[in-house]
Amino acid sequence: MSWEIIMGIEVHVELSTKTKAFCSCTTQFGGDANTHCCPICTGMPGTLPVLNKKVLEYAIKSGLALNCSITQYNKFDRKNYFYPDLPKAYQISQLYLPFAQNGSIDITTKNGDKKTIRIHEIHMEEDAGKLTHIAEKGISYADYNRCGVPLLEIVSEPDFRSSDEVIAYLEKLKSTFEYLEISDCKMQEGSMRADVNLSVRKVGETEFGTRTEMKNIGSFKAIEKAIEYESKRQIEAIENGEEIIQETRRWDEALGKSISMRSKENAQDYRYFPEPDIPPIYISDEMINEIKSTLPEMAETKKEKYINHYGLSEYDANIITSNKTLAKLFEETNSYCNEPKEVANWILGQVLYLAGNKNLEYEEIKISPKVFADFVTVIAKGTVNRKTGRDIFEIVFDADETFDVNKYIADNNLAMVNDDGAAKEIVKQVIEQNPQSVEDFKAGKTRVVGFLIGQCMKALKGKGNPETLSKLVNEELSKL
Amino acid sequence: MDIAKMTALELGKAIKNKEISVKDAVLSVFDAIEKKDKDINAYVSLCKEEAIKKADEIQKKIDDGSLSSPIAGVPVSIKDNICTKGIKTTCSSKILGDFKPPYNATVIEKLENAGAIVIGKLNMDEFAMGSTSETSYYGPTKNPWDLNKVPGGSSGGAAAAVAADEAIFSLGSDTGGSIRQPASYCGVTGFKPTYGTVSRYGLIAYASSLDQIGPIAKDVKDCAAIMDIISGKDKFDGTSLDNDFNSLLDSLNGDVKGMKIGLPKECFETEGLDASVKESVLNVADKLKELGATVEEISLPFIDYVIPAYYIIASAEASSNLSRFDGVKYGFRAENIEGINDLYCATRSEGFGSEVKKRILLGTFVLSSGYYDAYYQKALKVKAIIKKHFDEVFEKYDLIICPTAPTTAPEIGKSLSDPLKMYLSDIFTVSVNIAGLPGLNVPCGFDKNNMPIGAQIIGQRLSEKKVLNAGYAYQQNTDYHKMKAEVK
Amino acid sequence: MEITKELVEYVATLSKIKVDDAFSEKMQKELGAVINYMEILNQVDTKDVEPLSHVFSINNVLREDEVMPSHNRAELIKNAPQHGETTFIVPKAVE
Repeated sequence: MSWEIIMGIEVHVELSTKTKAFCSCTTQFGGDANTHCCPICTGMPGTLPVLNKKVLEYAIKSGLALNCSITQYNKFDRKNYFYPDLPKAYQISQLYLPFAQNGSIDITTKNGDKKTIRIHEIHMEEDAGKLTHIAEKGISYADYNRCGVPLLEIVSEPDFRSSDEVIAYLEKLKSTFEYLEISDCKMQEGSMRADVNLSVRKVGETEFGTRTEMKNIGSFKAIEKAIEYESKRQIEAIENGEEIIQETRRWDEALGKSISMRSKENAQDYRYFPEPDIPPIYISDEMINEIKSTLPEMAETKKEKYINHYGLSEYDANIITSNKTLAKLFEETNSYCNEPKEVANWILGQVLYLAGNKNLEYEEIKISPKVFADFVTVIAKGTVNRKTGRDIFEIVFDADETFDVNKYIADNNLAMVNDDGAAKEIVKQVIEQNPQSVEDFKAGKTRVVGFLIGQCMKALKGKGNPETLSKLVNEELSKL
Repeated sequence: MDIAKMTALELGKAIKNKEISVKDAVLSVFDAIEKKDKDINAYVSLCKEEAIKKADEIQKKIDDGSLSSPIAGVPVSIKDNICTKGIKTTCSSKILGDFKPPYNATVIEKLENAGAIVIGKLNMDEFAMGSTSETSYYGPTKNPWDLNKVPGGSSGGAAAAVAADEAIFSLGSDTGGSIRQPASYCGVTGFKPTYGTVSRYGLIAYASSLDQIGPIAKDVKDCAAIMDIISGKDKFDGTSLDNDFNSLLDSLNGDVKGMKIGLPKECFETEGLDASVKESVLNVADKLKELGATVEEISLPFIDYVIPAYYIIASAEASSNLSRFDGVKYGFRAENIEGINDLYCATRSEGFGSEVKKRILLGTFVLSSGYYDAYYQKALKVKAIIKKHFDEVFEKYDLIICPTAPTTAPEIGKSLSDPLKMYLSDIFTVSVNIAGLPGLNVPCGFDKNNMPIGAQIIGQRLSEKKVLNAGYAYQQNTDYHKMKAEVK
Repeated sequence: MEITKELVEYVATLSKIKVDDAFSEKMQKELGAVINYMEILNQVDTKDVEPLSHVFSINNVLREDEVMPSHNRAELIKNAPQHGETTFIVPKAVE
């Protein structure tokens, strides 16, 4: 009997506004403990929240990009619970009237399967602080720098059936928010976090099983492991005749286990009620239209353009548009050189290769589109061969925009030897110097051709044109 | 001339005219406090050194002409739930311990910019939850008219200090009557402004949707002058309002001709209403009629529902607002605790008084899952109905006049034994907070025990001019506000 | 409705307030009285009435996204019953 996994995902992303949601402290990541704080975000008695305009704007952008209907009459609610990372002992959130509802987003898994995931709602809320537990002293340090940083919580419908779908969804959200420039979605800095609601049922059943919620999952890899662990746990439990308890579980990365968080002190009754300190927010049609008009071109539109207009393959277009930095690099570089396929090849090849080697996030790639374009032009013209090109590209990758590719090639004498006379002379020499290869060729071993071309290239210090050399070697051999 | 007996405007004028120095003004109030406060217990803490230092600075600014507000150099006393930077702010609760706020409330900034000098913090019911000022961790405040009686509450210290001439004027806060009712019991003038006209930033919240800061003073003119200073939109309070008051003080002209006043019959027929209170308040209406206003009986049919609606809303918000007092960031922390949950429970159980705990439990209950709709949601609907009724009344009438409290001040120790009865004493004041209206208490007589009686003048939201002007007209033609308690 | 011991204990747990037997009994009685008194609201017909949280219909009170200097840290943490140089300190807070 086979089992089916049903999942809904709650994603928290930190918005990249300059200031916090309800006070004017910076949202900058890091900083010495409690230095990005004021009486408001540390919950001093008597302080009041005032909403940051940009939070609302970014929220509306996200709602539009995820095809949601925007709630026009908005309110904030208080979610009450005690925890030392929450200085007011309530989180300002939206329960009754989330700003965006009933959206959807299309995903493509790594196997190329396509699916539409429904978005239940998106709401605004604020982040909590950070606790550092000092086990041997039995204490925790509370740092409120992250307190009040604006968050969006994106709640999906239970539309996921595999971890591949979940990963594809998270990658799509990340890419979307990067395009919108509303969040940098860095899981390792906690600016994107996912909670997984998971239940299992036998294939063919229509009722949902009892679900658990896993919190605190810190990376795509961990999500995969957590889903595998939790679904296995539930299936085994049911097969052993046990009942699944609806509960919150914490994913412990070190132990590779999900752990129940239930305890009497954590009775989950948040006593939501309308936040009296923040007047209602009315989002007008004009406001929505204005924000709509500022939405950037999104991945889907770009992908189509890359395929139909620039002639890229769907595969290549997918990868480049999945990330805003890559798409921007592609478009800017191509605007200088108009060699879309060549630019795409180099991005998917050497750019990704070098970024991986150097352990860089895509956002950290600093290659100058102008220099990159000059380089591509040189390659397209055949000024240098590909092997030399790859060597030069390592310099181009790190060079600033004053770098002159042509001058570099000239100074280092790297231009391809396209002079047939010179090449012919070298080919003759190489054939003379390798009589054994000639014998082998005559005996029908054609693979010596490659060896001979390589010898020619070596004699030309790598600057030979491989096509020319191939032609010449074959010509000379056939004369013999 | 006894400086401490002067009104804020009289003193401000004398200071401006160099008849009195700022330092003498400050010292004479401290003299009065030293003489009287051991009996009254109006103050929780004093800041004499800082005040004297400030006095010199302010004097210089007055002398060089850079300060010209009508209350420049005038001492002010502040209810102890309003944050004063570096000055202990306790809400009269053990749980705040020696909390010294790292910032000033907006009203403090405004008063200080106008040259007023904070001289001390005033006693109150713990977290403003009470009508008697008996629930203070720092002991009860006494009524200057009779030390065996309560001053009212929760701003009992603020009213008693002004009544006993231990303060020139004070700032209180009013969530369900906490300015007006003690002003009534102590025979002083107290004004609860329209919700949103005075910034709440720095007021330690009891019930955020009802709380409002306002002045307690010796007459309506002072209240108007203080409102001119403390009101206005504040970027730190999203619920604060722009207003077009310009100067409330300048707008006082004592002219009530043609004003339409409604007397709600339900208020005058309430069970437990003292005959002397009824008579005195009706006399206020008669006086205003004499001065050219028209007076008619009106109906406020929802009066029976205001107390339950109020206690549901206020307790719910309080249960959330008071959650931050958890022994982590400030104030008291219980000792010998075992883990974080124990820290919370022990700190809050030992740090809060009984009445506060009760309201927290009540508020938690009405918000808890399964009860929210029946209680909290229902109360918000009743609130909508109350507001609508008032709006209808104010389409026809300029003002409503009713008693501030059904009786004069009760004896100490008598109210807390019957909590429901104590809640009911707020019946005339809480609906004003629910609808966000301005309400003014003016002293209007005495009962047979010579305890002061107060009348409440209520207006539509943002009609502070009308409300204050009616009170001003009344005070120009009567002397009740000038009567003084004799404190030995 | 009857305010049971269990209900008092439930709201006390949520409120992080300890109740011993005596206090629980007192609360059952006093909360019971108040809550029953509140049931008078059931007499009010609130069909078709929208709950009202804000008496003013002011909307969209928003702040510009401009960074202001943060507060002096020492000032913020000095009121804490237990604190270090840089942080608030609490008993270990892991479930």
